[in-house]
Amino acid sequence: MKILLIGMALLASGLVMGDEFTAADVERWQQQYEQVAARGRQLFTDPALGSNKVVCAQCHPNGANTHPETYPKFQKQLGRVAMLWEMINWCIRNPLEGEELAADDPDMIALQAYIHKEREGVPLAPGKH
Amino acid sequence: MTMKRRNFIRRATTTAIAGVLPVSLIRIAGAQESADFTFAYISDSHIQHIEGNRFVRNFDRGLISAVAETNLMNPKPDFVMFGGDLAQLGTREELDHGFEILSGLNGLPLRGVLGEHDYYLDLGDYWRQLFGEHYYSFDHKGVHFVVLNSILTFDDWTFNRWESAERRMSEMAGLDNPNGSPFMVGEAQRRWLAADLQNISRDTPVVVFSHSPIQKIYKGWNFWTDDADQVQAILAPFDRVNVIYGHVHQIQYNQIGNIAFNSVMATAWPWPYPSSYAKSGSHVPVMTVPMNRADPFSARDATGWQLINVHTGRVDLEYTLYDNSNRTVSWNGASGRPEDTSYQAPALRVPPQNHY
Repeated sequence: MKILLIGMALLASGLVMGDEFTAADVERWQQQYEQVAARGRQLFTDPALGSNKVVCAQCHPNGANTHPETYPKFQKQLGRVAMLWEMINWCIRNPLEGEELAADDPDMIALQAYIHKEREGVPLAPGKH
Repeated sequence: MTMKRRNFIRRATTTAIAGVLPVSLIRIAGAQESADFTFAYISDSHIQHIEGNRFVRNFDRGLISAVAETNLMNPKPDFVMFGGDLAQLGTREELDHGFEILSGLNGLPLRGVLGEHDYYLDLGDYWRQLFGEHYYSFDHKGVHFVVLNSILTFDDWTFNRWESAERRMSEMAGLDNPNGSPFMVGEAQRRWLAADLQNISRDTPVVVFSHSPIQKIYKGWNFWTDDADQVQAILAPFDRVNVIYGHVHQIQYNQIGNIAFNSVMATAWPWPYPSSYAKSGSHVPVMTVPMNRADPFSARDATGWQLINVHTGRVDLEYTLYDNSNRTVSWNGASGRPEDTSYQAPALRVPPQNHY
């Protein structure tokens, strides 16, 4: 309610209400992402993510061979177009013998943040097998 | 009951598909054709202890299959090499469990190469009780074999850096862990190697087994031996040298001077090629035709073992691959390097060999 009032006041005074932000904001938001990606790296090497002490990084050093840039894509083993988080859950369920995470679970978001971070600079290639 | 039944079916299936096994057979050519022989090479099983009597089943199955398939080989290989990383974290439980599975090799002589996962908990003490010395040599049908311990590193890292042996082991166990340290053979062992080779005539075929590649491929994952150049210099005077290494969990081959390099598959899991790590900027030997990309839904895909055929002092590796066409990387006398017998020419390669 307070924000709305301020907004109305600004509009009334004729100021532009664009999405304005400062360099400090950008830095802060980048840090937020880095923190989540770092949490993802932690999970990627955490024997507690599954039930048998196997960790993601055992098969995927530096997140390699996960090609996040190719999702969504047709996943032949599922017979449909799938997202990266579904494949992460496949790995948690099978090699790690663990419990699946919800798509919006902060841990699932962190795992994806890390996987994407290791893949920085690679062009998007949705659908690529 | 259901589990037992499933186990039985899996065992039966393993036996039935013995002709398409994930083991690699390595054939080495002797000085004369009559002296040709084969040996089997099983590597990187990464037996992983969970707790109590529980081990990661997936990795158990890889080694169990390789042993069963090796036993079915006819004619029998002259001996079996285990290429290192029998354990995941170097514990007695893991080494005992793995060695028990290996003891199922029916009467075939077994020798071992030490891997970093076997070493960095107790510096190879228990492994020595099971397999013997960490580095040694032997002769077989006119070929001189040398086994190196190539996974040593700086003394400061090994002896001073970590508060416990468990911590040291777990830091070295992470392939992509920046706290790890480059592998090396080390000066003492290089001196031993030079002395060991001193009385071997230059035309004797030499086969070197190491866990890490005795060449520099990608330091970030220790696809690397820091003093590779110095070891290669010791081997260089021999007409025919073959280095066979594990650690990389993928097909690689290369030729440097007279030295042919071949890697072996893991029975546990495959690794991506370093070039598929976008930030690595690394190089896989250009002549290597990659293994097929692994199907993640098939636990055994892109794992295997090999039969090695030794002839004319050079080696052919017949890769037995689960859920994949078998591959053969063979010495080509005309080109003077190892080549894939089916896929070497760029036009013959298949889409699954594209890694990214």
